[in-house]
Amino acid sequence: MIYLISFIGAALALLSGYFIPWTTTPIIIGTTYAIAALGVSVMLRAGQVSFGHAMYACISAYTVAFLARAYPGMDALTLIAAGVLVSVLASAVIGVFMVRYRGIFFGMLNLALSMVLFALLGKLYHITGGTDGLRIERPTFLGMELSRGPYEFLLLILTIAIALVLAWWVQRYFRSGNGAALAAIKTNETRLEYLGFSAYAVMWRGYLLSATVVGFSGSLLALIQGLVTPELGLWLRSGEYVFIAILGGAGHAIGAFLGALVFEAVKLTSSAYFPGLWQFILGFTLIIVIFLFPTGFVGQLSKRMKL
Amino acid sequence: MFLNILPLALVDGIAYACLLFLVSMGLTLIFGVMGILNVAHGAFYAFGGYAAASFIMMVAPATESSWIPLVSLFLVAIVVGTILGGLMEIILIRRAQGYDPILKLLLTFGALLMLEDIQRMIWGAQPYSASEVVNRLGNIELGGITYTTYQLVVVPLTALVAYIGLEYFLRHTNLGKQMVAITHHREVATSLGINAGKIGLITFIIGAILGVLGGALASPTTSLVPGAGADMIVLSFAVVATAGLGQITGALVAALMIGIIRSIAVYMAPEFEVAVPYIIMGLVLLVRPHGLFTVAQARTI
Repeated sequence: MIYLISFIGAALALLSGYFIPWTTTPIIIGTTYAIAALGVSVMLRAGQVSFGHAMYACISAYTVAFLARAYPGMDALTLIAAGVLVSVLASAVIGVFMVRYRGIFFGMLNLALSMVLFALLGKLYHITGGTDGLRIERPTFLGMELSRGPYEFLLLILTIAIALVLAWWVQRYFRSGNGAALAAIKTNETRLEYLGFSAYAVMWRGYLLSATVVGFSGSLLALIQGLVTPELGLWLRSGEYVFIAILGGAGHAIGAFLGALVFEAVKLTSSAYFPGLWQFILGFTLIIVIFLFPTGFVGQLSKRMKL
Repeated sequence: MFLNILPLALVDGIAYACLLFLVSMGLTLIFGVMGILNVAHGAFYAFGGYAAASFIMMVAPATESSWIPLVSLFLVAIVVGTILGGLMEIILIRRAQGYDPILKLLLTFGALLMLEDIQRMIWGAQPYSASEVVNRLGNIELGGITYTTYQLVVVPLTALVAYIGLEYFLRHTNLGKQMVAITHHREVATSLGINAGKIGLITFIIGAILGVLGGALASPTTSLVPGAGADMIVLSFAVVATAGLGQITGALVAALMIGIIRSIAVYMAPEFEVAVPYIIMGLVLLVRPHGLFTVAQARTI
């Protein structure tokens, strides 16, 4: 059932991108938000909310930008892979000390690191281009030199494919022993330790996975925008990711996508009809959703059917 | 070089730290009593700044006195804080009592988003400032360097009075003791006859007034732009986390530390100014994972 919904969603996204070209970019950007929220929801599973995960999107996006500028002939796929690799490495190192913290401190320390990164990216003008950011020339795609239309459509296919694979992967992880142990950190960490698991190792692997997933979103976002700015790593961006993850619910991987769909829909309609008020409407939606569905859309869905 | 800028950096840093402390004190008080990390506190700060600046721009031309603008800063803070804090507690916080801490935090994040747009609707995007207050209070010369009276005397004195006042209130008054009882154990306190709902409302209003006061006191020396509230809230998070959650004296020490080191960084290495508070916080949390001043807590299994 859930597979059917996912594939229908993916097909709809592709069809819309194929027949209505202007929707391609918003769909890709929306999907990158969903991917990032998917990464954040991995940590939500452990009851930990990170207000700094946008830094991993930022790290991979800047990696893409640096590489694309240093080696102009580099292929889009290589760039994405390199971006993700760097954010995985970064999270492996940062995770070593980060996963000792719980609750507010976990959130705050992530936030602090992302703020340091944000500040450095904005200030080290000669390396990072400061707040103007760095432009990325359109790279080749599988060796093909493409014009804007086909390039964006291929990127859409790639984004959707990556999103499906990541969702499947994260969902498998949730069902695995490690994933169950991660969820046990939320319910009772002491008992988990008594069962013989190392909460530290479980958290570290979860953190790595979540940063990997967020890394994909950063690489893709950099390629579709053709521009990276420090805003990518601002804490408000991380807040939006958490927002989407909560909106959708952390119970199932599909939550992040439902959340992103609603988030983007609210954002687009409110910026079209009430241009000065989109933040207000977004905040209002968040509050209403929390009061009506504290477990997110997934919580509501799973009451009605088996996910 | 370093010795020359030190007194300047110190005064700057202390004045800045005092504002930071006022905001963080409100944040940590609300967290201690109600278990909510109030992200909307940044919006309180911004509202305070804007309200104070526009009120003073209205009042200042009508009078020559240097005291009326200063006093109106505090009046604005109390009025705005009571309205904002009271409304938010009644509409939002009260209903979220039994929720998961993450959801409570996100509720206040939603409120921050809403308040930021309301602020933009009322005051627009142009910068506001109430420098009139600083000009009228004049300068003080100390060791050959001229400081403004406002930064040297008014701001630190306010923070000190607020700190001593709050400590006295919590330790020696009936209402304050009830508040402390709730921070220790909400259920037991309720069963002993303390009206937790009423205390929650009062706490939230006091916390909001402190946040608004921080903004109001900042308005004469800084120019307010949209986004100022969001910047302030992450900074005061850093202070609160460095100090340890719910530690008022700790917040004072942490705010001074962060404020002074940051203002030294402004003179010595301006590129890193924004990053300094977070670096300090990261280093502190590496050594003391629950902040500088946290006392050991009983483990709940």
